[in-house]
Amino acid sequence: MKTISSLLDKQWHDRYKRISTLNIRSSIYDVTNRCNLRCKGCFFFSSGEHQVEEETDIKKWEDFIDAEKERGVNLAILIGGEPTLCMDRVESFYRRLPSYCATNGLIKLDRKRFPDLMVGISLWGGGEDEKILRGRDTFAISSKNYAGDPYTYYLYTITPKQVGKIEPVIKQIVDVGLKVHLQLLSNDESVDGFSWQPSELKDLRSEMDGVLDRYPRTVISSKYYHEVITTGMMMGRNFCWNECPSVTESLDNRKPQPRRLIRFARWAADLKTVHRCCTSATRDCSTCKDGAAHMSWIMVNKREHMKSTKDLQNWIEVYEMFAKLYSFIPW
Amino acid sequence: MPETNDIQGIIRKVAEIIIGELKLEDVTVDTFSPEMDLVDELGIDSMDLATIALVLQDEYKIVIDEDDYPKLKSIRMIAEYISEKLTAKG
Repeated sequence: MKTISSLLDKQWHDRYKRISTLNIRSSIYDVTNRCNLRCKGCFFFSSGEHQVEEETDIKKWEDFIDAEKERGVNLAILIGGEPTLCMDRVESFYRRLPSYCATNGLIKLDRKRFPDLMVGISLWGGGEDEKILRGRDTFAISSKNYAGDPYTYYLYTITPKQVGKIEPVIKQIVDVGLKVHLQLLSNDESVDGFSWQPSELKDLRSEMDGVLDRYPRTVISSKYYHEVITTGMMMGRNFCWNECPSVTESLDNRKPQPRRLIRFARWAADLKTVHRCCTSATRDCSTCKDGAAHMSWIMVNKREHMKSTKDLQNWIEVYEMFAKLYSFIPW
Repeated sequence: MPETNDIQGIIRKVAEIIIGELKLEDVTVDTFSPEMDLVDELGIDSMDLATIALVLQDEYKIVIDEDDYPKLKSIRMIAEYISEKLTAKG
């Protein structure tokens, strides 16, 4: 029988033991329906999932978060809309649960109020792509707001237009003393020229591997993750609805039940509605490139990766990457 | 309810259930060490444990609280946990 110790040497086994008991139970929360940007391709607005009546009573938010904690959630992923438009709600999460805040970085979080809140700043490419897709170059502002912050990284959503051009963006991030995680655009609003072609994905994988090799202290990633997210394949299986781990548990009626995130839910800002999954119900799962969903897909399939030493090491690297991005282990 | 509820009988039943539920190859009830660390050696995760717990609950008509999962680190520990629950039930 293949066991962990039969597949790993002591160093890798120690790395495995550091993460094997983390037992991460995440859920996602739309903190608000409002945003200070309107990006083309943003699933939140294109799906209509913002059309719920937003809860504004902070006491109700606090009670809701307490109930979520009671439900077993130990990682609150705050999205929106733009969460920093509602700092009191962000603070309510931060005071009660390990939390992560996704933001466009245009508003600066007060580090006296949120000393170690992990912040992920969305970035959709270089200046030109940002202007086309988001209406402005956000990097110029977000990099000033967060330069050198040890609890902040860029979440760089790479578009097909960026293939061959990602290194200059990575260099800009190096220069402002931040880290970066890479994911791919899912073109939810079918913007011309922003849907992936197979040859682009192949080239991009090689480019992602290259920047990871050249900027290992800045790029928080793994080559196996690059393989899975660019090919949509893991251990011979295709990413699709019947494989996705990030489906809201109470809405998940798939048969047979795939391996999935236990307790996972994505809550709307009315604190009553749950959305289908970590992105939106209007997304085509067969072309979904969501980074967290692909990471989670790997993470929930640990025993599948016990076929060989290399497979298990790949799994460990992806799990470590996730644990770093959400502050469960240090950089 | 299984026929033998002594600790050895429970150990064999738990091993059989784990082998079946996780579709383990190259191991039998006779060769499966009851002391093996299920997380650190076998690589099972909380979803595996939840699946196994459901079958055990059904088999022994007991409730296995999710908060108790961290205690269930080996087949022997699971068997002892079940034995205690059965004793408490009377």
